[in-house]
Amino acid sequence: MLETYWDPVWLTLRLATMTTLLLLLIGTPIAWWLARTRHWLRQPVAAVVALPLVLPPTVLGFYLLLVMGPEGWIGQITQSLGIGLLPFTFEGLVVASVIYSLPFTVQPLQNAFEAVGDGFMEVAATLRAAPWDRFLFVAVPLAHNGFLTAAVLTFAHTIGEFGVILMIGGNIPGETKVLSVAIYDHVESLEYTEAHWLSAGMVVFSFVVLVTLYALNGKARSGAIR
Amino acid sequence: MTATDTIRARFQCTFPGFSLDVDLTLPGTGITALFGHSGCGKTTLLRCMAGLQGARGTMTVLGEPWQTDEIARPVHKRPLAYVFQDTHLFPHLNVRKNLEFGYWRIPARERQIGFDDAVRWLGLESHLSRMPAGLSGGERQRVAIARALLTSPRLLLMDEPLSALDRASKQDILPYLERLRDTLAIPIVYVSHSTAEVARLADHIVMMKGGRVVAQGPLRETLAGTENPFRLEGNAGVLLEGHIIDLDEQWHLALFRFDGGQLWLRRDNRLKPGDRVRVQVLARDISLALTENSDQSIQNLVPATINRVDPDVAPGISLVRLLAGPTPFLSRLTTRSVAQLGLEPGRQVWMQIKSVALVD
Repeated sequence: MLETYWDPVWLTLRLATMTTLLLLLIGTPIAWWLARTRHWLRQPVAAVVALPLVLPPTVLGFYLLLVMGPEGWIGQITQSLGIGLLPFTFEGLVVASVIYSLPFTVQPLQNAFEAVGDGFMEVAATLRAAPWDRFLFVAVPLAHNGFLTAAVLTFAHTIGEFGVILMIGGNIPGETKVLSVAIYDHVESLEYTEAHWLSAGMVVFSFVVLVTLYALNGKARSGAIR
Repeated sequence: MTATDTIRARFQCTFPGFSLDVDLTLPGTGITALFGHSGCGKTTLLRCMAGLQGARGTMTVLGEPWQTDEIARPVHKRPLAYVFQDTHLFPHLNVRKNLEFGYWRIPARERQIGFDDAVRWLGLESHLSRMPAGLSGGERQRVAIARALLTSPRLLLMDEPLSALDRASKQDILPYLERLRDTLAIPIVYVSHSTAEVARLADHIVMMKGGRVVAQGPLRETLAGTENPFRLEGNAGVLLEGHIIDLDEQWHLALFRFDGGQLWLRRDNRLKPGDRVRVQVLARDISLALTENSDQSIQNLVPATINRVDPDVAPGISLVRLLAGPTPFLSRLTTRSVAQLGLEPGRQVWMQIKSVALVD
């Protein structure tokens, strides 16, 4: 009985953690590039990053299912590498979540990097810091609130994911049956008590996340008086 | 001057509505002021020198090429320091960490300026553990200057370091800058639009207008050039550099000696014999007499030789350039008195100097 509660919770936490870590790695260079470049590709790239915000999750899930399936190009690659097919696996959910939550990492980071401005980076250059040095020891510490916001938003948004997961992950216990899907399942089977427990947990969790986020931003704002 | 003890800066760049085109050879010691109104290109030129602004040109510092027509070293590979108008102290680091930022990034063998020395010069001993947000404007600028010096630069670039400060903070920092000029061998290029700062600090001046250089040279000679009189608070005049040699307690005066004569100044309580000071004499405060005329109120009478006369710089007004020993002076007279006294180059006269002001 307890397992039916904890399996989806544990799976969801693992998925959100993996997605957040991967997205911080992938999203940081994209956000840095978007914040600093004057290249003509800036607007198109920004639009692609923002697409998951406006697309229905089912559309995103549908296309992911196609490209990761046996006929799709990602599916071809994963099969030739001996990994097999990604849909209906935990790894498939991670790939989908990374794409689905991309704007929630990139946009706060991009804003934070833009707020750092050119001045500090120029000072650092005149103090002999090479580009990597400037990024790591000036831009990243000055944008640390952006990293916190990005991590919290990405984590929370991945936990709330439903449509994409249903499209490409189905409902396999212990593999792809995350919280949101589990709640849907319970409601379908009229198991309202179980649905209540999980749903109430989500409400409390989301509230805590938002309060934390606002507190962080409030602190950032008062710290910005310099 | 040879290539190894000068700074050569030649730059061309174009922006919408503005272009910079300069070719300068500057002395490799002392403070050179880039002077002009806002929008004249002085900051752009400084940024070109640092490599912060991309431009076609060449930059050679004390024989070392930083930029040629083929290659331009990136900013972090030029041994320079830059003090910005907005100090840009790193807000996430305390004063000590700010100072160490550049210091740790240069090879140990190149650290010619010691950490403790820079801290002492700028009077920062008691501030090392403070955060930048808690410092006053003057303290922040002192930290920025110390941080720049700690990279042991071969060239120090300063972009209006005092313009964001109130008068009291400026007075607080100026003595530190004078001490750096007099004790360090590092050439300083100092951007300013303040005649008072230039008069007090600079050894060499470059006057700019519309992205071009309109006049340049050693400060004293450039100021005394009648063709382009530098405006000291809106008036033509000269600057003298010399020493206080005596104090007169009874009449509250100080005796100032320069190369070519001496002058009485109204005494300032800070002055001591031996102090090196700068003094400003405006052209309108000098009248000329053919004889030493002592039955009058003016205390400062200095013999001089007329060097040139520029009639009618304004309707009815002439500007006379004189030499007392090697030191030039400017006198503003009516064209009628120039004619009536028969003032012409080579003539010996007495300058009657009505007012002498200590520059501070």
